[in-house]
Amino acid sequence: MKIRQLSLFLENRPGQLRVPFKVLGEAGIDVLTMSLADTQQFGILRLVVKDWERAKKVLEAAGSVVNITDVIALDVPDRPGGLAGVLESFDELGLGIEYMYAFAASRERGSHATLLVRLEDPDAAIRQLGSAGVKLVPADELFKRVGA
Amino acid sequence: MKSQWNDAPGGFHPASAPDFLPRAQLQALQLGRLQAIVARAYERVPHFRDRMIARGLGPTDVRSLADVARLPFTVKADLRDTYPFGLFASPMEEVVRLHASSGTTGKPIVVAYTEADVQVWTSVMVRSFVACGLHKGDVIQNAYGYGLFTGGLGAHYGAEGLGATVIPISGGNTERQLMVLQDFGVTAICCTPSYFVHLVEKAKEAGIGFGKLKVGVFGAEPWSEGMRERIEAETGIKAYDIYGLSEIIGPGVGIECQQQAGPHIFEDHFFPEIIDPVSGAPLPDGAEGELVLTTLSKQAMPMIRYRTRDITSIYAEPCGCGRTIRRIRRIGRRSDDMFIIRGVNVFPSQVETALLKVEGTLPHYQIVLTREKGLDSMEVQVEVTPEFFSDKIRALESLQHKLADAVEHVLGIRVKVTLVEPRTLARSEGKAKRVVDKRQI
Repeated sequence: MKIRQLSLFLENRPGQLRVPFKVLGEAGIDVLTMSLADTQQFGILRLVVKDWERAKKVLEAAGSVVNITDVIALDVPDRPGGLAGVLESFDELGLGIEYMYAFAASRERGSHATLLVRLEDPDAAIRQLGSAGVKLVPADELFKRVGA
Repeated sequence: MKSQWNDAPGGFHPASAPDFLPRAQLQALQLGRLQAIVARAYERVPHFRDRMIARGLGPTDVRSLADVARLPFTVKADLRDTYPFGLFASPMEEVVRLHASSGTTGKPIVVAYTEADVQVWTSVMVRSFVACGLHKGDVIQNAYGYGLFTGGLGAHYGAEGLGATVIPISGGNTERQLMVLQDFGVTAICCTPSYFVHLVEKAKEAGIGFGKLKVGVFGAEPWSEGMRERIEAETGIKAYDIYGLSEIIGPGVGIECQQQAGPHIFEDHFFPEIIDPVSGAPLPDGAEGELVLTTLSKQAMPMIRYRTRDITSIYAEPCGCGRTIRRIRRIGRRSDDMFIIRGVNVFPSQVETALLKVEGTLPHYQIVLTREKGLDSMEVQVEVTPEFFSDKIRALESLQHKLADAVEHVLGIRVKVTLVEPRTLARSEGKAKRVVDKRQI
């Protein structure tokens, strides 16, 4: 259920964002999804790739500071109010979300969208959300969906 | 302590007589004082006596002013090593005041004054104010910090000794400073030049003028001709550079006269030399080197050949004002890595100590000094390492705050802390370049 995510520290100045993508591209590593959080002074780039260990290695060799975090993937009904319903389960369980971003939408329109969510304790959250009926997506299936 | 002299505005002030002594007479005075102070330090300061003995010198070996070059230097480390009172030449019951300035290791440098020393200090501050055209009747807003820093009390007693009206407002609180400046008929202000520029900007924002202000006595940090031009053009005042350092006496070691052509050194109390900062060899007038000062009259804490680390040269040519005491070129830089920001002495090692105190930080850092709109600012750039890189924005922001707090705790001033990527900071020959000074001085 847990997805390994790479987080990179970036200084907030022009050109900084291109570097990690160039490095990953040269290593033939496909970025499946990403999200960029920024503040006035710095940014954190979050990436999901299939082979996170190799990605970490090449990024570090290129001088990046890389942090590995576990996020969870979950399917959300792709209809108005779908996400609100899922978040209601989070609230009921008292689970705080650090951040979340979209992974990909399903190829069959109208079925579901997939989100990546970062929580304080992913293992506990997986148990609780599972019993609350939230549809979690294992890493293998996630990668298979995007043909990785 | 009002002046007993009912001097006419702009007229000659008796306190300034030594500024105009014929050179030969001044030198005779200097030699007599030098011999006495060397004898005093030799008798009473073991640290100095040991160094003299090591060189095979005794107090009677000073027969001419040129012999000063034979005497051992005193450096800042000597004050640290003998902390707090090791260089005192007077018993504590004769010491009427202690001041202190920041040091490199958290321990300050302590300086002492006897009653006679305070009088000398007051007299050189009176002469300083006179040199830049102030007199009884002036209203002086003293915005130097009062406290252990010598600036506040030094300027205060000098202004009172002059017979002027002193407003002991101390530093900070810009709005109140501007209100007082307007409402109290202030004619002169004492503060750091960067703080004054800040006042100018705030006054402009508020749409207010400078009332009767005509003179600024600016010191405690290096500042440029460019800044002077800017201050004078924008405010219509005359801006004077005052020079001093706590180890010697505080402000009033020297000041510019109305010619504004480099600070005159009050040579009857402070004997200046210029040396090669590397070899220590004396350099002739006009040559650039490190300024070395010997206190000729200081009782509580004589400083023999104190290395100021200030890089300058002595102007041998006489000044248009008629003073015979020589001038130095305005100080633009220092020979070591200490820097002064907003009047506070800062050593990179202090910043390092502060950063180390914050859990999880590995101190790869660089200090960047900039000057924006005349106000100095300091930024500490800290490299992010995998050890403390968190994936959460707020954890990084909290780290930034903790670092800034730690630096503020050590330095007493708030500085900007920025997190940067590793290896982005210039390294040179295995020794990190800790300070990047982008200020145009």
